Amino acid sequence: MQQKSTGAEMLTGAEILARCLKDEGVEFVFGYPGGAVLHIYDALFKQEDVKHILVRHEQGASHAADGYARATGKPGVLLVTSGPGATNAVTGIATAYMDSIPMVIITGQVNTWAIGSDAFQEVDAVGITRPCVKHNFLVKDVKDLAETIKKAFYLASSGRPGPVVVDVPKDVTALTTTYHYPDKVEIRSYNPVAKGHNGQIRRAVKLLQQAKKPMLYTGGGVVLDNASQVLTEFTKMLGFPITNTLMGLGAFPASDKQFLGMLGMHGTYEANMAMHDCDVLLAVGARFDDRVVGKVAEFCPDAKIIHIDIDPASISKSVRVDVPIVGSVSSVLTDMMMLLKEQDFKTDKDAIAKWWQQIEDWRRRDCLRYDTKSEIIKPQAVIETLHKLTEGDAFVTSDVGQHQMWAAQYYGFNKPRRWINSGGLGTMGFGLPAAIGVQLAHPDETVCCVTGEASIMMCIQELSTCLQYGLPINVVSLNNRYMGMVRQWQEFFYEGRYAMSYMDALPDFVELAHSFGHVGLRVESPADVEAALKEAIADTQRLYFIDFVTDQSENVFPMIEQGKGHHEMHLPAHMSPERDLA
Amino acid sequence: MRHIIAILLENEAGALSRVSGLFSARGYNIESLTVAATEDPTLSRITLVTRGSDQIIEQIIKQLNKLIDVVKLVDLSEDEHIERELMLVKIKSSGSDREEIKRLTEIFRGCIIDVTSRTYTVELTGTGAKLDAFLRALEAASIIETVRSGTSGIARGDKGLSL
Repeated sequence: MQQKSTGAEMLTGAEILARCLKDEGVEFVFGYPGGAVLHIYDALFKQEDVKHILVRHEQGASHAADGYARATGKPGVLLVTSGPGATNAVTGIATAYMDSIPMVIITGQVNTWAIGSDAFQEVDAVGITRPCVKHNFLVKDVKDLAETIKKAFYLASSGRPGPVVVDVPKDVTALTTTYHYPDKVEIRSYNPVAKGHNGQIRRAVKLLQQAKKPMLYTGGGVVLDNASQVLTEFTKMLGFPITNTLMGLGAFPASDKQFLGMLGMHGTYEANMAMHDCDVLLAVGARFDDRVVGKVAEFCPDAKIIHIDIDPASISKSVRVDVPIVGSVSSVLTDMMMLLKEQDFKTDKDAIAKWWQQIEDWRRRDCLRYDTKSEIIKPQAVIETLHKLTEGDAFVTSDVGQHQMWAAQYYGFNKPRRWINSGGLGTMGFGLPAAIGVQLAHPDETVCCVTGEASIMMCIQELSTCLQYGLPINVVSLNNRYMGMVRQWQEFFYEGRYAMSYMDALPDFVELAHSFGHVGLRVESPADVEAALKEAIADTQRLYFIDFVTDQSENVFPMIEQGKGHHEMHLPAHMSPERDLA
Repeated sequence: MRHIIAILLENEAGALSRVSGLFSARGYNIESLTVAATEDPTLSRITLVTRGSDQIIEQIIKQLNKLIDVVKLVDLSEDEHIERELMLVKIKSSGSDREEIKRLTEIFRGCIIDVTSRTYTVELTGTGAKLDAFLRALEAASIIETVRSGTSGIARGDKGLSL
């Protein structure tokens, strides 16, 4: 058997880094070289275990590493140089931080003796990233390097995951020391708790059993903890209605009758109404984000709230809860199931049947209906067609805006880690580079990047990376010549003054795709949507950029205005005559 | 409500900025903050005085606990505790004022630690309120400068904040 590390091997800091990544089982490093990391690149050049993916901009590398992490559950790894390399990565680090994505970011730094002297390409990377990382390190001694990298991976992927930055000065990568990669590290101040408190779990189960109008609201924590199966089993056992947050989509199969769709600002009518009327709310791995909660005072006004979260600071942050349970989703739900089993799953069946009748009434109003006879392409139709052709099983990344909401509403994710989007930070430009990470992780799967003509321009340079690595991503661009969500808000709240939201002087995306070495298609008629998507999906060799020319006036419905309650939705035209705000 | 939070922190570069950065980023206020290494050189101890509703204090404590460099903390205000602050004041004192300031210093159980023909420098320890009272007892115009350490706190009784 090959030994992982021999005791007395002398290696340079750069070689140590490469070995650490190998011993950590890292497949891909996403990055871009520069002065401060040249020793590291040289060490990577001399080995074949860890593959380096060269992007075109460090922001692209950060989102690609992030996409890889979201699709696999393994930490994404990023390598950038000092100064602008680090600052360009900050958007991607903050994106990962907001969505609790495990990432390890290695930033080059100027020589230790030059730190603080305003040296060429010097920036205080630890200082600049401090508010948007789980933790960060500056390694000043090569002897600390291997252990610090181990700590970084441990912190990034345990507890509530998140990005960890390791800033490595150039001279540290040149100095030598003996290499030893620890199997385990302990950090005395860091002991995340997985097992929930028994008493609290008992109280929670009792509340669920007494509930007459229960509701499950689950978020990204279920996906992060790979607890989708446990959640599904638990929910089926109880027979309760369930809604997912934007980050939690796919954790419970969208095709299941118990699923009410997404909740929140652009959630379904039935999900939001059920939230408003429920008497017991079980929140699982969700953080009561403002786009979910709306007006705090009117959030689930009649409900007792149970909240399961690995992060104590997420509990009672914006909404007070009645039964807080700190622990991992899978552990707590498993314990709750055991308790329920002991009690034969006794729930108030009559009340719950009545509750379902009410929910079905809401569901019948069909809040996601749109004009399917339109002669202009409706963006929703593109997503529905994509769903049909991929059987809801594709990996779908997105950028930010209307297209993101339509993808969330109409794709219908049946499996976790299939829906990859920037929920917390809302980073335009995320979708294409994220798709790179996803496609590398799953070379044989269909990967689609649902985007808009505004978002795609923010990281368009990564089309070049896609060609270099032969990634057959399907870019599904919903081109309405507007920053659609900005336009929608301007229509609703600024009397139609479309300040700076019209995308003028757009490139010819078909020619643009060609010039990057890809296939470009423009689709202008609803009749051609399916054929174009079919062609793109069938081609597993080439990247397709499909420019769908869509209806400019389409809005995302339902919509809850900022600061309004769940029951106060803007509804689509077909619902408005009987619009009740009860 | 005013709360005094005692924190044991890894004695490492940048650890303090994580604490202060947390307060500024989340809009919490810091009334005072004192920090120094403890008898264990790997640990620093912070005494931090802040104000906020119960919900805000709960969040502050949770967010502080979440920082990797924070090893342990306690909200001293939850129980009986002692707080002390050190103040040094340089005071104009000539002629008849000199006796008066000396007397005042004795009343407040301070001591004069530096003397020139025109000034006294007084060292005084106590709660913030006591230090305020001493300053009020002086004529405002006679104060040349004051320097205050901010509050240090410790719990009463047998229990201590240690690893």
